[in-house]
Amino acid sequence: MIIKAEKKEDLSQPVDIRGKDGGGWLYSDIVKDHFFNPRNFMQYGEDEKFKFNGMGRVGSPACGDEMVLWIWVDPATEKIKECRWRTFGCGSAIASTSVLSEMITENNGMKVDEAIKIKPQDILVRLGGLPDRKIHCSVLGDKALQAAVNDYFRQTGQHGRIITAGAKVIDKVLNITDHDIEEAVLEGARDLEDVQKKLKVGIGDPESIPAIEDLIRFYTEKYYG
Amino acid sequence: MDATRRDFVKSMLPKPKKIRNVYFDHAATTYMDKRVLTSMQPYFSEIYGNPSSLYAEGRKANGALNDSRRTIAKLINALPENIIFTGSGTESDNMAIYGIARAHEKRGKHIISLATEHHAVLNPLEDLKKQGWEITYVKINEQGLVNADDVIKAIRPDTILISIMYANNEMGAIEPIAEIGRKLLQYRKANNSVYPFFHTDACQAAGYLDLDVEKLHVDLMTINGSKIYGPKGVGMLYIRRGTPIKALILGGGQERRLRSGTENIAGIVGFAKAFELAQMEKEKESERINKLVKYLWEKIQKNISKIKLNGPEIGQQRLVNNLNVTFMDIEGEALLLYLDEYRIMCSTGSACTSESLEPSHVLTAMGLPYEYSHGSLRFTLGHCNTKKDIDYLMNCLPNIVEQLREISPVKLLEQQHANYHHHKK
Repeated sequence: MIIKAEKKEDLSQPVDIRGKDGGGWLYSDIVKDHFFNPRNFMQYGEDEKFKFNGMGRVGSPACGDEMVLWIWVDPATEKIKECRWRTFGCGSAIASTSVLSEMITENNGMKVDEAIKIKPQDILVRLGGLPDRKIHCSVLGDKALQAAVNDYFRQTGQHGRIITAGAKVIDKVLNITDHDIEEAVLEGARDLEDVQKKLKVGIGDPESIPAIEDLIRFYTEKYYG
Repeated sequence: MDATRRDFVKSMLPKPKKIRNVYFDHAATTYMDKRVLTSMQPYFSEIYGNPSSLYAEGRKANGALNDSRRTIAKLINALPENIIFTGSGTESDNMAIYGIARAHEKRGKHIISLATEHHAVLNPLEDLKKQGWEITYVKINEQGLVNADDVIKAIRPDTILISIMYANNEMGAIEPIAEIGRKLLQYRKANNSVYPFFHTDACQAAGYLDLDVEKLHVDLMTINGSKIYGPKGVGMLYIRRGTPIKALILGGGQERRLRSGTENIAGIVGFAKAFELAQMEKEKESERINKLVKYLWEKIQKNISKIKLNGPEIGQQRLVNNLNVTFMDIEGEALLLYLDEYRIMCSTGSACTSESLEPSHVLTAMGLPYEYSHGSLRFTLGHCNTKKDIDYLMNCLPNIVEQLREISPVKLLEQQHANYHHHKK
C-alpha cells in the first residue's frame, strides 16, 4: 500500500477547531481540499453508466453518516481500476471517502487483497489527522470498502474469499460484540459508564464487565492512545 | 480520471464577486452595542471602587450598581432588591434550581421542567436526579410547545419547583409562561400552598418579549447580557420576595448574601444599559426582524426543495428572529463548512458539531427523527442583518444544498417527516 503522508506517532492529535491564533480551521488542509474538491464521487446521471462489480453500503442517516462505494475490479489483475462513492455526513466523512477513493485507484489501482486490509489509521494518515471526535467518520470508509470487496467476491463467485466479520460476542444477554464496543469508543465513550449509556452492555450480563473494561482500554489506546 | 468530469468547485460553487460577512447566529451571542460599550467605559479605570467600601470611590461604584439594579427592576416590574446579579445565564439557572432545591428539599424532591430546556437547566436537573430527586419532563407537541394544563396536572404534593424556558434557543418556541403562571396561582390558592415555585429562563426572550414578572407570574427569572448586545459574563436572577433560596457561592455576602464576590460593576452597568435599549427598541426591532425572517423563509421555500420548518409556524408562538430549517438528505456540519467559506455564520442541530455526537436534544424531544436533526440549520437574525444579507445567503445556499445532495446517497421521502416517531439508534 502506498501512503504518501508521513506516519505520525500520535494520530489522535486533534486539529483544533479554534486554533490558538484564533483563525484555525477545523480540519487539516488535506481534509479541506478533499471536502471542497471531492474526487471520484458519483455524479448525477452517472448512476446508470458507471460499470461496477462490487458495491458496499454502511451506516445510516439516523446515525449521522452513510456511505456507498462502487468499485470496478479488473478480474484479470484483481486491481481496483475505478470507483465512485456517495456520502451523507460531515466534512470529515466526505473527505475520508474521497481520500480513500484516491488511495485505492491511484498508480493503476490497488489489489483487492491489499484494499481489504486498509485500516482507519491509514485513511487518517493520508488525511493528515482528524479531530478526536471525528475519527469514527474515517472508520466507515474502510468498512464500506470491505463490503464492496466482499460484494466483488460474491459477484465473481469467489465465496471462499469473503471475509466474514470476526465479531466476538461479549455480552451474551444483549448479544453485544467487541465491534459494538469499538464503535462506542469511537463515538466518544471512554469508560464503562459511557459505554453502558450507549449500549446497556453488561447490565444483563455482569460477568462480562471485566472483558468490557479491557476492550474499552484497548480501543481507547488504539485510537486515542 | 474522465476528462469530462466536472471540476467540482469551479462549476458548482461560483465564488461571489464580493465576500460579505453575514452573521446569522444571534441566539449564540451578540456583538456589543456601541452605546453599551460607552456606558461601561468609565467603570474600568476611572470608577474602580469596590461597592462595599465606605469611602467616596466605593460609594460611586455602589451608586452605579444601585442605578443599574433600579433600571432593570423597572423594566421587569420588580423591586430592585429582588434582582441578583450573577456571572452568566447559566449561573442564574443553576442558582434558581440548586438554590430552591437546597432550601426546600425537606418539603419535597420533585421538579417539573421540559426536555427542550437549555443544558444550564437540564444538567443541574439530571445531577439532582442522581441525588434522589424526581424530575418530570412535561410532554411537548411536535412544534416544541407545552400545554399549560399539562404542566399544572404534573404537580404533585412534593413538587417544589417548575422551571420552563420562556423562548427556546434552537427552534424559537415561545412557551405560555403567563398562562402557566396564572394557573399556578389558582392551584396554590386552591391548595393553600406556596409551592411549587416557578422559574423561567428568559435569556432568548429578553430582546423581543414582555418581561413583566407580574404579568408572567414567575417567582424566578434568568436573563443575561450576551444575547441582548450587552457584555458577556454577566447575568441576573430575579427572585420574588418570599421565595427562600440557598446561596451557592459563599464569601463576602454581596447581593443580599445570595451571591458573594465583588460585583462586576462595568459588566452590570453595561448589562443594564443593554437591557434598557433592548426593551425600549423591541417593538420596532421585532417588526423589522419579522419582515426579514419572513423574506428569508419565502426565499428558501421558493428556491430549495425538500425542506422542513422546525418549531412553531412563523407568528405569535415563535421567537421573531429564529428560523430553523431542515434540508433533507444532507448533513448540517457540511453545510456550515461551505457557508463558512462564504463567511456566512449560523448553527446546526447536527450531532457532528456537538461534543456528545448526539443530535440536538431539542429537535429530538420534539419527535424529529435523527436524520432530520442532522440536516438542520438555525438562522437567528439581529441588529446587523439587512435584506442584502439574505440575498447574499440565498445566492449560494441553493447551490451548496444541491452539491451536497449530489454526493449524498440518502434520499429521504418528502412526506416521511409527517410521520413523527421517536427513533432509536
